[in-house]
Amino acid sequence: METSRRNLLKIGGICALGLGTLPVLDAVAKVDAPKFMGNSQALTAKRWAMAIDMKKCWEKGKPGCQDCILACHTVHNVPDIGTQKEEIKWLWAEKYENVFPGQESGMEPEAIREKPFMLLCNHCTNAPCTRVCPTKATFKRADGITMMDFHRCIGCRYCMAGCPYGARSFNFRDPRNYIKTELNTTFPTRERGVVEKCNFCEERLAVGKIPACVEACKCKALIFGDLEDSTSEIRKVLAEHFSIRRRPELGTQPGVYYII
Amino acid sequence: MKIYDGRNIFVGLIIFLGLATFPIWFNHGKAAPPPEPKFDTPVIQKMALKQCVLPKEEMRTGHMQLLNDWRTEVVRNGKRMYVAADGKTYEMSLQNECIRCHSNKSQFCDQCHTYAGLKLDSTPYCWTCHIAPKENN
Repeated sequence: METSRRNLLKIGGICALGLGTLPVLDAVAKVDAPKFMGNSQALTAKRWAMAIDMKKCWEKGKPGCQDCILACHTVHNVPDIGTQKEEIKWLWAEKYENVFPGQESGMEPEAIREKPFMLLCNHCTNAPCTRVCPTKATFKRADGITMMDFHRCIGCRYCMAGCPYGARSFNFRDPRNYIKTELNTTFPTRERGVVEKCNFCEERLAVGKIPACVEACKCKALIFGDLEDSTSEIRKVLAEHFSIRRRPELGTQPGVYYII
Repeated sequence: MKIYDGRNIFVGLIIFLGLATFPIWFNHGKAAPPPEPKFDTPVIQKMALKQCVLPKEEMRTGHMQLLNDWRTEVVRNGKRMYVAADGKTYEMSLQNECIRCHSNKSQFCDQCHTYAGLKLDSTPYCWTCHIAPKENN
């Protein structure tokens, strides 16, 4: 079959036009309802943070009070392995010298030196754990929460080396047999070989509840809120009291403030 | 034609063939029954319109992709609600939503997964973390 140059160019042009219309058609014909939505009851913020008023905790709380720890561990099915090496830590207590290393003068009041400080993941603005994670299993959410995706965690433990606060724990063994609290069947457990830590109760925030530890504390020593909202309770508390953060020299910008 | 040590060779060959085909004749006539996932849980029986988040055929072939997308939306994008084609809203949660209706894991999930050779503790390893529903059996 013979064809003229003119005809060939015409056919070529029509073909090119045909190919070009497909993406246009797709764009016009698309009527996509939002299939995935956030929960309308969810609590939202620009920067979630926590202030811990240790004075209130020590003065108003009964000695040896474990309400916040117990609430956290019950809600998240945190196991109690029993050894220090394999301890799974979400919310735990430590002495001043271990909480604020480099900031101790040795001349602190006895009460401060000996009393327990509540520790949890600091949900740092510049979280080192998220930078070293090779699979992006741990990452920063837009609202400031340092989140774990247990599905992606390969258990390399880089994040544990990266975290200057020891806020991450590795599951050396199947944690299911060591859950001493009542099993919460609405929240998953973890499995052997993943790293876990405090998640600022993001699953509770998503249904409009405040973190379990904050809710459980009877003396209101834990204050949770939006740091970017100038009318929030946490901003009010931080404006009224002097507060310190753990290891500020590292530039991680922790989201947990201690009022001493 | 003479085969040296013919007797030994043939006896050896017969034993070899017998052993090599052992799985075939040992399992002959014992085909595993095809899976029959059951839908007779109390919640499903009460439903007027027995409808999952997607049509049955799509769920059968694509539930793993759906679950994977759900996981991404919930964990990484913070979106927890799924709007189905019929406008109904579901919470995207294997442990809290799927299991609400399909509370018969051993009669539903495991039926096909075991038939397809997916061991419970290898793939799919959903239930090493997610808490399986309690079943009375």
